[in-house]
Amino acid sequence: MGGWTQHNGQAIALPLANVDTDQLIPARFMSVPRADGYGNFLLHDLRRDAQGTLRSDLPLNAHSGASVLVAGRNFGSGSSREAAVYALVDAGFHAVIAPSFGDIFASNAVNNGLLPARIEDAACEALLAQLGAGMLPVTVDLHASTIAINGTILTFALEESWRIKLINGWDDIDLTQQYTPDISRYKDNRSQTASWAWPAAAD
Amino acid sequence: MSTPLTLLDKLWAAHEIVTRQDGVSLLWVDRHLVHEGSHHAFAKLAARSAHVAAPELTFAVVDHYAPTRNRAHIADPQIARMIDTLRANAATHGLRLFDLGDPAQGIVHVIGPEQGLTLPGLLINCGDSHTSTHGAFGALAFGIGATEVAHVLATQTIWQKKPPAMRITVDGALGAGVSAKDIALNWIAKLGTDGARGHALEYTGSAIRGLSMEGRMTLCNLSIEGGARFGMIAPDETTLAYVEGRPHAPRGRDWDAALTAWSDLTTDDDAEFVRDVHFDASDISPTVTWGTSPEQALPVTAMVPDPGQLTDDKADAARAALDYMGLVAGRPLAGTQVDQVFIGSCTNGRIEDLRAAAAVLAGRQAKVPGIVSPGSALIKAQAEAEGLDKVFTDAGLDWVASGCSMCVGMNGDLVAEGKRCASSTNRNFRGRQGRGARTHLMSPAMVAAAAVAGALTDVRPLLQGRPA
Repeated sequence: MGGWTQHNGQAIALPLANVDTDQLIPARFMSVPRADGYGNFLLHDLRRDAQGTLRSDLPLNAHSGASVLVAGRNFGSGSSREAAVYALVDAGFHAVIAPSFGDIFASNAVNNGLLPARIEDAACEALLAQLGAGMLPVTVDLHASTIAINGTILTFALEESWRIKLINGWDDIDLTQQYTPDISRYKDNRSQTASWAWPAAAD
Repeated sequence: MSTPLTLLDKLWAAHEIVTRQDGVSLLWVDRHLVHEGSHHAFAKLAARSAHVAAPELTFAVVDHYAPTRNRAHIADPQIARMIDTLRANAATHGLRLFDLGDPAQGIVHVIGPEQGLTLPGLLINCGDSHTSTHGAFGALAFGIGATEVAHVLATQTIWQKKPPAMRITVDGALGAGVSAKDIALNWIAKLGTDGARGHALEYTGSAIRGLSMEGRMTLCNLSIEGGARFGMIAPDETTLAYVEGRPHAPRGRDWDAALTAWSDLTTDDDAEFVRDVHFDASDISPTVTWGTSPEQALPVTAMVPDPGQLTDDKADAARAALDYMGLVAGRPLAGTQVDQVFIGSCTNGRIEDLRAAAAVLAGRQAKVPGIVSPGSALIKAQAEAEGLDKVFTDAGLDWVASGCSMCVGMNGDLVAEGKRCASSTNRNFRGRQGRGARTHLMSPAMVAAAAVAGALTDVRPLLQGRPA
């Protein structure tokens, strides 16, 4: 996974609160290997009517090439399925902007280079209104924590550790290797002081 | 005088290996539970040619895709492949696998506690959001995504920033027909699905102390539906009585040492919480969801809400939810006809849940079809020994094998488009039980009542004259 500092793309609105992970990707698609691509599964059932035809009233269906999604509060609540992030990333998204995110979703997003940018409720509502059914050019800057859109510059909130990770494209397993001696020390100590914490052999 | 500490503080400190300057800690993972859905993580591990760091602390179980019928012949090749992939990964890495034919197979959050793998004082991870269930034992337990699962597999550790601590206190006595499920739906309805977002939630109070471990697990399981990172309850005599003698629980000197360690797992008097919320148990009624989010819940005696009467931020969501659910504002929730019922899941598939449902169904007929799927094969055997299976089948419901089943529908147990299901599960999200499915969440006893009435109904009149 590569890091990034600035993204120039197109923003689009999904003016819904509590967009849960079951909507982001229905469970029936989750047995697919990642290499096959998850982009077509993104918001699969929300984007289609009962006959499977793409709904024309959704901005996501009306435009192609969107890379920044603006949505309502508590985006990505629900399950821990990282496939919800794969669907967004494989569909070409670099950032989601919302007042709040499900905790596990946000963490999964950062692990895949997708920015979960938090902005205030009022700012988000204004942004959703500006976007309406259209698509607007946007610049997201990770160093400056800014979103420039339609002549307005918004500041977003993000955990500092996540910013660094997104910029560097770090992989946690590589990072953790440097702590191997600390982990060994901890494990030795725990096995001696809390041997009860290891599963007893079943009879 | 040292600073008073929360249960979270103590559990966190016990697992901290290092803390970086940015405040993120590397934590030791005592138990890692994996299932068929962990295939992405195993693929990541394979891509690095890495091995599982602590196979003795890693346990695999077939649950999400587990067929609940005809296990010997899995018709769907995708389901068969998911299960075979887990088998292959477990074999490659030398993991104990609870496979379909194992007498201890079941849902990961049911069998962890049942097998004594879940203990107070542990840090437990699983690639499933309902891992918060295990917090019922006074453990630090949380769901993680595939990248993090790969990290735990490779290192037996996880990076986390310590969340602020929040407390929900429920005092008083629960009324007849009111259960842990109702406590959970009630607080989520009051505080919202993001009411505890980003927080470590501790439950306390006399009503919590009065819950069995099954009830505590239901409550902690649903913590994630209110957005909490962790849900936990300090261990007490009820916890110890449940854990002692379980297959993988400590024995002999280890048990004694464990008791000493666990006796400290309480929040100190005067410890501070960033948020403290109180509920009175006697105010809580049998609760059902009416919408497509767990926060859209009301007492079964209430009316379908009128979006026009709600605040702006809730009104649009309510309108959309009523449209999806096919409900009309202002009509009573009770009497809403259901097409089918489901009893099971990691939320409410334990023996106490089956007993509560059977207490309502005994000697009665279900007006609609339904499935009863015990949380584990051991629970299935116990229920059969108690004759509960007979109660369900006599009532006209299907008694099937254990798995996640109709809670998530991955195994093919689905609710058809437009059909309404009274369900003892955890998520009423759009399409959760199948595309276009209409889910009403409620306790197992309330599901049983809905089966008898063929409609949403208050379980309490059905319990009158019956042993509690």
